[in-house]
Amino acid sequence: MTDLVAIISDNWLLLLVGQYPNGPLGGLACTLILSILGIALAFPLSVLIALARTSKWRLLSWPATALVYGARGVPLLMIILWVYFLVPVLIGRNVSGFTTMVCTLVIYEAAFLAEVVRSGIQALPRGQMEAARALGHNYLGAMWSVVLPQALYNVMPSMLSQFVSTIKETTLGYVINVHELTFAASQVNNQLLTKPFHVFFILAVIYFIVCWSLTQLAEWLERRIATKRRGVSTVRPAVDAENIVSPIATDRPVPVRSIS
Amino acid sequence: MKDFNLMAILLNPEFSAMLLHGLKTTLLIAAGSWTLAMTLALILLAVRLTPSRVAQHAVATYVSYHRNVPTLVQMMLWYFGLASLLPATAQAWLSEHSAEAVFAVISLGLCQAAYFSEDLRSGFRAVPLGQTEAARALGHSYIGALRHVLMPQAVRNAIPALVNHSVSLFKNSSLAMAIGAAELTHAVKELESRTFRAFESYLIATVIYLLISLLIMAIGAWLGRRAALATAR
Repeated sequence: MTDLVAIISDNWLLLLVGQYPNGPLGGLACTLILSILGIALAFPLSVLIALARTSKWRLLSWPATALVYGARGVPLLMIILWVYFLVPVLIGRNVSGFTTMVCTLVIYEAAFLAEVVRSGIQALPRGQMEAARALGHNYLGAMWSVVLPQALYNVMPSMLSQFVSTIKETTLGYVINVHELTFAASQVNNQLLTKPFHVFFILAVIYFIVCWSLTQLAEWLERRIATKRRGVSTVRPAVDAENIVSPIATDRPVPVRSIS
Repeated sequence: MKDFNLMAILLNPEFSAMLLHGLKTTLLIAAGSWTLAMTLALILLAVRLTPSRVAQHAVATYVSYHRNVPTLVQMMLWYFGLASLLPATAQAWLSEHSAEAVFAVISLGLCQAAYFSEDLRSGFRAVPLGQTEAARALGHSYIGALRHVLMPQAVRNAIPALVNHSVSLFKNSSLAMAIGAAELTHAVKELESRTFRAFESYLIATVIYLLISLLIMAIGAWLGRRAALATAR
């Protein structure tokens, strides 16, 4: 126990911000910046992919479906290797591990978030679209001002869960030497050499605190939205929290709880 | 970059043996951890269904830990951390017997057990209460009702989620590369540094991963259809 306290008090700054300001920003700060950048850049893309995937035109829906299945079927590590190799070839100069990781997360998360958004769109009653069209909106106008605002609001908890997944996925940056939290912890471990269990236990606890708080927030949000919706309309339940992490491969979302 | 030549890797006996060995390790890790995860998930579910508050909280804590800590960190904690606490003889034995793969199986299995048990639990909650009551009224014991009436329906409800998490378990087996297990991604990295054919190596591995994932999804869809038919009857 005293070991734990000693390791934390000696290395808390390294775990928090890495070698900043004498070196690159790292540690927990880097992990959070990576995840926020990844999810923020992936969000607009994911809405586009979701619209393409729900589109009637095969020219749009097939590539989007292929992208989603590709991201679901290939390990993130493999995608990191691809980006690490392809981006320098495409833009003609070397990129940092940080940039590689952001690009990877944007591609990967866009595909998964797209499934979340799509489940939100498809969980809305068809009447919403029909009424908006009857009032004179064109398809995109109805999507933009009637369907999407409701769908995105309903899937907010799921998006937050996806953010938690993103935080967990940034750990893979360790493999390509991005200076994030796991990398910082392994640096500490390499300095101490004799206390691997203590160091990685501290690492696990830090991740747990961050992700658990966000998970609690997501659950609170879900309850709040459910209460609000019960008051206003009879919308089908958007998605089960379980189906968010890896969306289900059917045409319509099948919330586990409503099957029977 | 060299000219694209897939056959330079596939037809070379040494390189294709490396790939096959990697694939075999990946499949072994995935199958081993899946079995461990499913067994443990059923035990966790059984514990959670007992009336004991303490037991329920213990399972909830287990699930919460494994869902909120990155899988890679769990794996490192096992491989670097817990292994170092073992007695020296055990450590020596392990390092001779591919400890990386063993710890990968343990950490992936324990982690996915949390997801599987949650899937089964939500499948369970979807079974109407009347089913238990009817089964008990027909003379089943609690265990008998569980086995013949509730569990089949719960598993049926949980199939989509279980399949999803099986796919992610398979994908997560690639994380074992970070602790040095000689699985497919590891083999591909080595292949790349040996042949300098990154594009071809990655392409082969990606196609293999994608095919197996799609196969798991297809099996899941087939099981789901069969279950739906069985319910309709």
